Amino acid sequence: MLQLNRIHKVFNENTPDEKIALDDVDLSMKGGDFVTVIGSNGAGKSTLMNIISGVLLPDTGMVRINEKDVSLVPEYKRSKLIGRVFQDPMAGTAPTMTIEENLAMAYSRNKNRTFRKGVTRSRRAYFKEVLETLHLGLEDRLNVKVGLLSGGERQALSLLMATFTEPAILLLDEHTAALDPSRAELITNLTKEIVAKYNLTTLMVTHNMQQALDLGNRLIMMDKGQIILKVDEQEKKHLTVDKLMAEFQRIRGEQMASDRALLS
Amino acid sequence: MFTAIFGSLESGIIYAIMALGVYLSFRILDFPDLTVDGSFVTGAAVAAIMIVNGGNPFVATLIALVIGFLAGCITGMLHTIGKINALLSGILMMIALYSINLRIMGRSNIPLLNEETAFTTVSSFWEKLGIDPILNKGLELIGLGGSLPSTWAILFFMILVTLMIKFATDMFLKTEIGLAVRATGDNKRMIRSFSANTNLLVILGLGLSNAMVAFSGALIAQYGSFADVGMGIGMIIIGLASVIIGEALFGTKTIARTTLAVVGGAIIYRIVVSLALRVEFLETGDMKLITATIVILALTVPKMIDSHREKRRKKQKHKEIMVDLPMESGGEQRAAAK
Repeated sequence: MLQLNRIHKVFNENTPDEKIALDDVDLSMKGGDFVTVIGSNGAGKSTLMNIISGVLLPDTGMVRINEKDVSLVPEYKRSKLIGRVFQDPMAGTAPTMTIEENLAMAYSRNKNRTFRKGVTRSRRAYFKEVLETLHLGLEDRLNVKVGLLSGGERQALSLLMATFTEPAILLLDEHTAALDPSRAELITNLTKEIVAKYNLTTLMVTHNMQQALDLGNRLIMMDKGQIILKVDEQEKKHLTVDKLMAEFQRIRGEQMASDRALLS
Repeated sequence: MFTAIFGSLESGIIYAIMALGVYLSFRILDFPDLTVDGSFVTGAAVAAIMIVNGGNPFVATLIALVIGFLAGCITGMLHTIGKINALLSGILMMIALYSINLRIMGRSNIPLLNEETAFTTVSSFWEKLGIDPILNKGLELIGLGGSLPSTWAILFFMILVTLMIKFATDMFLKTEIGLAVRATGDNKRMIRSFSANTNLLVILGLGLSNAMVAFSGALIAQYGSFADVGMGIGMIIIGLASVIIGEALFGTKTIARTTLAVVGGAIIYRIVVSLALRVEFLETGDMKLITATIVILALTVPKMIDSHREKRRKKQKHKEIMVDLPMESGGEQRAAAK
């Protein structure tokens, strides 16, 4: 489904600020795999997401989706195959447009946009139906501008918009990090539900270790641009936060740098 | 007085098409596009040169629209492919168009008097319908018989054309592509993640915007019977003034409401300017100063009224709450004892 081969990415090459963001990263995901990604700040998690989505192009290496080489395919074309939810609840929706208009744009993701009406009667009925799965009452507020929704509501909507057209790959970039604990839990549960419902191949970045353990069937840990630990389906079932920390210290031989990782 | 207002109505509704173009770039795409100053004249120049060479005025106006579209597309390409700052790409295109406009016209001014324009054609057709005498009789009845307009044709024709463009714009902004254009102005990152080519959408949006501007320029040249290389100076500010006045007066609840507001804003702007010019000490050269003043007022006054209202509301609330406090009532008693 998704293959990354020998991905290498350097920022500010040949300057004093040179930073190796990704160092020879390999990753392979089968259809229906749900991989959680953990790692401290600057480990290269977001760069990895951006390389997959096409926001950044790798210096060397190959990205393949559905067995096709998409390494040089621009972001907007690759988006036909990829659904994304960002950390910032503001980032995934258009605030001055209504809920149904936002859904209509998401609905066109894997189609060619034409001069046909964006929100038709039959589509509106369909949007209502999918909004009901969120249990937030948004289905009765189709004509409300998204800017008026709360952060949690916007993030739930973003999640729905990214997934209801069943993308080949779903990328979740710390999508619960900016929410309060109860909203974060709501979005986490929705994520679980939706991914299971459409059987989506998902890659989720998180700073919350417990969340990384609760969700998904595989786990990878990143540090300094490398994947330092890959946990498969069998091992993950028996993994705990303590074991994960011990594993990290064994590999790196140092305390985990990020306070956020310790706190969660 | 009535003639002046009637004239402002006519020209206002022609300029409204330009204002709709500015609305598209400035509000929908969030792109301060200064190309307008140039493309307005380009529209006028293309139409004028074709008309004096015996071309059909309607065809000439439509070709002006197409050329305006191309000019806007070039600005869009400068910004998206050339990665030039939005303001700068507009300014570059504006000054480039100044020379291009001179080349198109071959001289700095083309008079269109005694030429057959879109408006003379429409007016002569209108005359056969015999509606003017009826309307003028109506005016006489309400005591405005002193200064009758020579023809109603331009007003009715332009109301029809402008409303058609307004409804077409409304409809376009609700299509799949239109939604993507709006999202491009709202949240580029989001719409890119939904497989929209934002570069192409910016180019398309600016093209459509400048097509309207050039169309309006072509009509203004035929309405005023001349095209002049300097007629576009400050056009972007007039467009902005119309958008801002319209939005402040008529609201922005929906797209259809906002586009109607912009048309209304353009007409009101014309009326205000023509009334201001009737003031003794103001001269024609003060036009730009008047425009600037109108824009400043339209930007500041609604905000000041709002904050004033808010302050008064809070003061009232504060008073109501303080009355209930026992300490406050004790103070009142003491005051009463004195």
